[in-house]
Amino acid sequence: MSARQRPLSPHLQVYKPQLTSVLSITHRATGLFLGLGALVLCYWLLAVAAGPEFYGRAQGITGSWYGQLLLFGWVASLYYHLCNGIRHLFWDAGYGFELKTTYASGYAVVAASVILTVVTWIVAAMRLGGGA
Amino acid sequence: MNLRTPLSRARGLGSAKEGTHHWWWQRLTAVALVPLSLWFIVSLVCMIGADHAEIVAWMQAPAVSLLLILFIIMLFHHAQLGVQVVIEDYVHSKWQKVTSLVLLKFLAMIAALASIIAVLKVSLGL
Repeated sequence: MSARQRPLSPHLQVYKPQLTSVLSITHRATGLFLGLGALVLCYWLLAVAAGPEFYGRAQGITGSWYGQLLLFGWVASLYYHLCNGIRHLFWDAGYGFELKTTYASGYAVVAASVILTVVTWIVAAMRLGGGA
Repeated sequence: MNLRTPLSRARGLGSAKEGTHHWWWQRLTAVALVPLSLWFIVSLVCMIGADHAEIVAWMQAPAVSLLLILFIIMLFHHAQLGVQVVIEDYVHSKWQKVTSLVLLKFLAMIAALASIIAVLKVSLGL
């Protein structure tokens, strides 16, 4: 008996994206991206341990435009994943399941992660510009 | 009405056969990573423009070595628990699922150990 290939639930293609579902998949996407960041952290630590020459090479990468772009992505992802992770911990404890609360905490997570990311990059740019 | 057998209820391991072990460690590492990752970002921002000697001096402080190794353990454990769930959700062929899970676990262990060895090498001045 050959089973017909029917689409399985959830039918993502017919859902209208909502704040809750978009934040949920973003949590997963940022988590995967941060996993790659963990490997880069490993590379950075190995470069420090390998000596000034290797560290200089790693600095050349982190200082380049794509290095900076990736670092920005990792900082933003970390703040988002951290804030939304705290939201998840509240759910685990049994709080915040009402629809209104879920949306309020969702907007709070987006606002908090944007503010934290912008503040971090302003401070970083000031330190870089100030030659500290 | 409960359709589970008394034995399955007594074991308390559920359909995943390992109870809440995965769930619990995901949360425990998450809670640890809140202060640890914030500390790490702040430290990196404070060291912008630092040369190799300054980074080494920072890492050689005992508190920094301790926090870095803690951060590495929690980070890689949390990451591999998370990616494991993504693989279990999206990889449907059995051998592909098992192969990617094995590779994931090995990669996480190797990267975590290499990171810890790097920190120890610097902090012990080897």
